[in-house]
Amino acid sequence: MRSAAILRPDLAVIAAQIEPGTRLLDIGCGDGALMAELEASKGVDARGMELDPAKVERCVSRGLSVVQGDADRDLTNYPDQAFDYAVMSLTLQTSQRPDILLEEMLRVGRTVYVSFPNFAHWGTRTALMFGGRMPVTRALPVSWYETENIHHVTIADFKALAQKKGARVTRAWFFANERPITPIGANWRAQFAVFELNS
Amino acid sequence: MSETAHSQVFQLLQSLPLDSGQELVGAEIAYETYGELAADRSNAVLICHALTGDQYVASDHPVTGKPGWWDRMVGPGKPIDTSRHFVICANVIGSCMGSSGPASIADDGQPYAMRFPVITIRDMVRGTMALLDGLGIERLHAVVGGSMGGMQALSLAANWPTRAERVLVIASTARHSAQNIAFHELGRQAIMADPAWADGDYYGGDTKPDNGLAVARMAAHITYLSEEGLTEKFGRRLQDRDEKSFGFEADFQVESYLRYQGSGFTQRFDANSYLYITRAMDYFDLAEEHGGRLADAFANTSARFCLISFDTDWLYPTAESRHIVHALNAAGAKVSFVELSASAGHDSFLLEHDQLDRVVQGFIE
Repeated sequence: MRSAAILRPDLAVIAAQIEPGTRLLDIGCGDGALMAELEASKGVDARGMELDPAKVERCVSRGLSVVQGDADRDLTNYPDQAFDYAVMSLTLQTSQRPDILLEEMLRVGRTVYVSFPNFAHWGTRTALMFGGRMPVTRALPVSWYETENIHHVTIADFKALAQKKGARVTRAWFFANERPITPIGANWRAQFAVFELNS
Repeated sequence: MSETAHSQVFQLLQSLPLDSGQELVGAEIAYETYGELAADRSNAVLICHALTGDQYVASDHPVTGKPGWWDRMVGPGKPIDTSRHFVICANVIGSCMGSSGPASIADDGQPYAMRFPVITIRDMVRGTMALLDGLGIERLHAVVGGSMGGMQALSLAANWPTRAERVLVIASTARHSAQNIAFHELGRQAIMADPAWADGDYYGGDTKPDNGLAVARMAAHITYLSEEGLTEKFGRRLQDRDEKSFGFEADFQVESYLRYQGSGFTQRFDANSYLYITRAMDYFDLAEEHGGRLADAFANTSARFCLISFDTDWLYPTAESRHIVHALNAAGAKVSFVELSASAGHDSFLLEHDQLDRVVQGFIE
């Protein structure tokens, strides 16, 4: 069950930062890939929250502690600084209120990791500029009317939001075609970004 | 108590202190076990039964001859696997399947009837813990319960926090709501309004309050089902007739079904036990026992919890499970929670449900 899975690049970079024996909350944990890896390799006390009951069932069936819940609503029940880390991968842009969610993450976790698709990637920009329609790309493969991504965000937008919330960006990682890239021109070049924040 | 012939009976050597301040002297706990206890006693799983359940979780009922009430869940190779785990299921005190209850004989040689002390969910668990002590089981691999069984599992976790590694609570609640109490009061009044109840002193007589108990069961049974489930199963279909009778026989299938459920129940359950156990459930409020804050009930726990609710359960709706999950989160406990989709309402936990099986199996391991 617990063979070292190949993690998605954003999850792999987050997993590499986590200290052994710590407490972690994975918001929007999906099938629990990050949690399972960290519990197995670093003895992390990992908890998850996931909206989709079928995914929760898969997590619980593999022995993970995952609560079916809506991050927009259910995060308020966790005490302040209850976790060493609060992680949210590719979920921020699906939230009703990403700004409040980020505040809540900074409240419950000492260190926060957020990954999201960058809407300002050049592919998206050119598709919108020349196609005149909402982009459907490899990173954003679903049409506007059925995408879960209701709050598209760019790397520059996220930095501004973090600053507004009084959070310090301590590190950042950028990806294009599933490979890490340098931060130079990241808001043009990156399809995905991972940010490490501290309150 | 001839119907206890199949069960083992544990005799408490010491009196059992009760939440009411009274104590139960010479109490007996009837129980069933399945599988083998490991040499290190680490594989015991306690299953707690619901209001009208009993210890026959996976063996034929001695009165009805029907398979155990959770036969589909408990057995070799089943989600609660008796080839790996030693499963214990005990009849709660106050009940009528061999454990001490109102039908048991008191010191004066007569049945207790209404002289039996009023008990609580915690008292039931106290009795079960005495049994575990007797069996030499210090720490349970898991405690599992649905409905009132879930209340017992929660009470065990809160009051004996070192005694269970895993706590699985299905379709349950940490407190009885006004609506829950109201339905139980309806049932109790139906029993007590039956002339045959005779203030509870009907043992040994020619009649027992079967009519009252049947009505109580019918009312309760409706709360165990969903509107969707009833509509699916019966709709407005007529029973054994083509037209309405313009009378008060069971014209509709749903009426016939309820009457059957009611009368069948009186064959296997004691009316006074129904009064005592519903009372215990109504008194249940885990937060109240712990200074009014539910999170404090779990302050000392190191157990892993799993809560499961069903979307059509209006007796103990999902919100009640969420309330417990929030308290466990606030207490820093390891908790999983999932709301499963099922059409059968509260009773879904007893029925075929593949997702339920997978979650139970995955959590118990």
